[in-house]
Amino acid sequence: MVGSTNQRTNLATVMLIQDSNEDHASESFADRHASTYRTLRLYARTFRRNTSAMFGLAIVVVFLVVAAIGPWIVPFPEDATGAVHLDIKLQPPDSTHWFGTDEVGNDIFTRVVLGTRTTLQIACIVTGVAMLIGVPLGMIAGLVGGWVQEAIMRVTDVFLSVPGLVLAIAIVGALGPGIVNAMLALSLVWWPGYVRLVQAKTLALKNEIYVQAAYSIGASKLRIVFIHILPNCTSPIIVKASMDMGMAILGAASLGFLGLGAQPPFPEWGAMISIARTYLPDWWWYSFFPGLAISLTVLGFNLLGDGLRDILDPRHRD
Amino acid sequence: MPDKPILSFIDFKLNFDTFDGVYQAIDGISFDLNPGESLGIVGETGCGKSVTAKSIMGLLPSPPAEVAGGGIWFDGRNLLKEKSSTLKSIRGNEISMIFQDPMTYLNPVFTIGKQIVDVILAHQKRGNHGRSLSSKQAFQYGMELLDKVHLPNPRRQMKSYPHELSGGMRQRVLIAMALSGQPKLLIADEPTTALDVTIQAQILELISELREQLNLSVIMITHDLGVVATVCDRVLVMYAGQIVEDASIKQLFNNPSHPYTRGLLQAVPDPAKPNKKLKGIPGALPNLLNPPIGCRFQTRCSSASEKCTRMPALHEIRTNQKVACWNVGTA
Amino acid sequence: MLAVENLKVHFDVRNNRGVKTKLRAVDGVSLHLKKGEAYGIVGESGSGKSTIGKAVLNLTPKTEGKIEIDGRDITMTNRANEAWLRQNAQIVFQDPHSALNPRMTIMRSVAEPIIVHTKTRGHDLRRRVEELLDIVGLSKQFIYRYPHELSGGQKQRVCIARAIALEPSLLILDEPTSALDVSVQSQILEFLASLQRDLNLTYLFISHNLSVVRYLCQRVGVMYLGNIIEEGTTKTVFEHPQHPYTKALLGAIPYPGATQPQSAPPLIGDIPSPVDLPVGCRFHTRCPVKVANLCDRLAPEHHHQTLGWASCHLLDPDLDKIGGKPE
Repeated sequence: MVGSTNQRTNLATVMLIQDSNEDHASESFADRHASTYRTLRLYARTFRRNTSAMFGLAIVVVFLVVAAIGPWIVPFPEDATGAVHLDIKLQPPDSTHWFGTDEVGNDIFTRVVLGTRTTLQIACIVTGVAMLIGVPLGMIAGLVGGWVQEAIMRVTDVFLSVPGLVLAIAIVGALGPGIVNAMLALSLVWWPGYVRLVQAKTLALKNEIYVQAAYSIGASKLRIVFIHILPNCTSPIIVKASMDMGMAILGAASLGFLGLGAQPPFPEWGAMISIARTYLPDWWWYSFFPGLAISLTVLGFNLLGDGLRDILDPRHRD
Repeated sequence: MPDKPILSFIDFKLNFDTFDGVYQAIDGISFDLNPGESLGIVGETGCGKSVTAKSIMGLLPSPPAEVAGGGIWFDGRNLLKEKSSTLKSIRGNEISMIFQDPMTYLNPVFTIGKQIVDVILAHQKRGNHGRSLSSKQAFQYGMELLDKVHLPNPRRQMKSYPHELSGGMRQRVLIAMALSGQPKLLIADEPTTALDVTIQAQILELISELREQLNLSVIMITHDLGVVATVCDRVLVMYAGQIVEDASIKQLFNNPSHPYTRGLLQAVPDPAKPNKKLKGIPGALPNLLNPPIGCRFQTRCSSASEKCTRMPALHEIRTNQKVACWNVGTA
Repeated sequence: MLAVENLKVHFDVRNNRGVKTKLRAVDGVSLHLKKGEAYGIVGESGSGKSTIGKAVLNLTPKTEGKIEIDGRDITMTNRANEAWLRQNAQIVFQDPHSALNPRMTIMRSVAEPIIVHTKTRGHDLRRRVEELLDIVGLSKQFIYRYPHELSGGQKQRVCIARAIALEPSLLILDEPTSALDVSVQSQILEFLASLQRDLNLTYLFISHNLSVVRYLCQRVGVMYLGNIIEEGTTKTVFEHPQHPYTKALLGAIPYPGATQPQSAPPLIGDIPSPVDLPVGCRFHTRCPVKVANLCDRLAPEHHHQTLGWASCHLLDPDLDKIGGKPE
């Protein structure tokens, strides 16, 4: 026990005691996390004022909902699994087929909606795997330094020196086309970006006084990494991840466009455009709607990412 | 016959428009600066001293900052009502400012010489010096200025980069740049806070010397009462956007009258009285989004009462001393 | 209590021209602190004062020197020493705004040393943190707040609470009040003074502000470019400074009073860089009373007076024998 009761009373009379009138018999979960609520509310308020960010969020939410409930709302689910209706092929948009039909009579609306799930899945998995590989590597490089850092950064540089899509094409080319290989290829191309980001942030954080304070308290290196450094890295990672979703979608669509991703009759936006290309300009709706879907999702994620960046860094003034 | 003041603040009010509401930064301050006088503005964080200085130069970005009343008169003109082009020609020519951290105010990729020459040439385009300088003449003038601020070996310094100079030297360069337009008024915003004690002493002495030589009027903003005592003739004590005391150095230190001023002096170690017990000021700054009505110090004042909800005007209690408090002198 | 012998901390750096050279931040410093004493280290930039504090706690690797705390030799950096050191000596940093992890609540920040070194958890931990907050004068309601919701003074109190959590015997205070407003500074200083008495702590108080050091400390060491150039009781050093630098430093303090005390004109010239140290007495480049051909050749030794010492040739009783007359 530090000091006797008498000593503590002496100290108390000398010091400044703020708001000591509050009484707490017991605190609820809400009390304990009141500060977190306050901070989140502030974030939400700032975000709400940013119209483009809200617009981006709206788009992303719409597409997420579409991806989730897609299979249950599509009018012609069999059109995604290879049904052929040559009698209604290449019809312009009308009341039954909102986006028109393609060259085998499939409802384009159905295929676009079901393609949403595929696309978002690919984007999430690619970004997720890239983070899983890149973030730890970046932190190790930043913390350990020395030749380990050099080694990791040079390998990263090699990957970054080749244009991402070209490398992805090469990998898929070697492994064979297909969704899984496309995801693998894109992940391998994506992780270096995270290494750079996290390494830079870790280096900056290493010099923060609270990290030095943690050393002076005797915290182990592991503790410092997980409790002090990682939580403070999350802001730039979140921002990058949301922007990356847009690029990952484009990447997946590009591979699909080249015939290296999902194989027909699997509905995938890029693959659809690849075929639709040959039907331009007379049967414009075939390439227009998948293209519109791609543009909107990429736009949505970019705006969302921008908005998140505005609220996450720079930090709010108190 | 006393000279007309060179600068007058008349009931100046300033607000900041923020997310959380209107931040009432400055609540109707009035004071005069006489020609050749050195006026200190002293206060702690959040008192509004920097905001006051930047308002003179029009350096506060206008969407968040909004003038809510009053005027700032310089040389017979209300600076708040002037066009931005007039303000631009006054800045740097008639009124100059130096800031706290010299490193951030010097461009790291250009030599000192280039930066000084830039400033000199920019002023002569806008100001009215009656002479048009060539680059070579501007360079020469730059070196003269560096010499005036006692920078050793001016020729060599003109070719150096900011990072090659020490903090004290950089501050001298900034002072030289501020003097290039031959201003009548120099505003110094915490110019020595970031400097070592012995270097601070050099810079303060330099400012005093230049003031005498060039008959400058100076406004010195600082949180350090010692600095004010060294360099200033008169001092304003500010608290939460209000001026609470306006006195000559002699009166302020010999007869501190406002409760806040006395609190400040009790909180500062006195080299002459090493055994003096330091006492802080209990309480905290009021929230200026919703400030107390009247005197803003009432929440921390031991002699506060009902009448403090009406802001007392600065009234003279002695020669060269004005206080804004109901409990001091005759209100 | 704390014994430092000939501490040296040198860094390998590149100077302006890209040449590899040594930055002698601390260049042969010895300290002896008694238990319960408050010893102040004063100096300007480049003096090495902050580095000493970090080196004693092994936060900066030392190049040379022996360190003993409470009788235990901790010069060697092994695990046992590390663990012992962390529990028995702590540091309070200068900038309270960046000394607390912005994502950790006050509870977690203050509890961290306890979590790392003991098995106290749950209710007991919570109670201990509340006790610590009470000692530093913060109400319990701060326990689940985040640092950005606290004022500077309050944050510094939290840092102090964290530092005394494991009941250390030595507390190193690195400019603990420099980043705070004057009225808050005085509260923290008063608090530190009474805390020392109540917990019988030994303080190593590092500051550039002489008045503050005078207020809190019994003895003081004045540093210049990596060396202590004068040491003595606070009273002696302030009232009868021996070294020209100490005199200049004292004279340079702006005095908050109606008239400034008479003092010599300010020193001319800038503080030399610790990368490019002057030969002989390190202060000779700015010294107003230097002796030609002596101060620029030979480093002075410690010359003892009754209550302290200073390293200046002019204090040498055998000055004429070494050669050279004062200028």
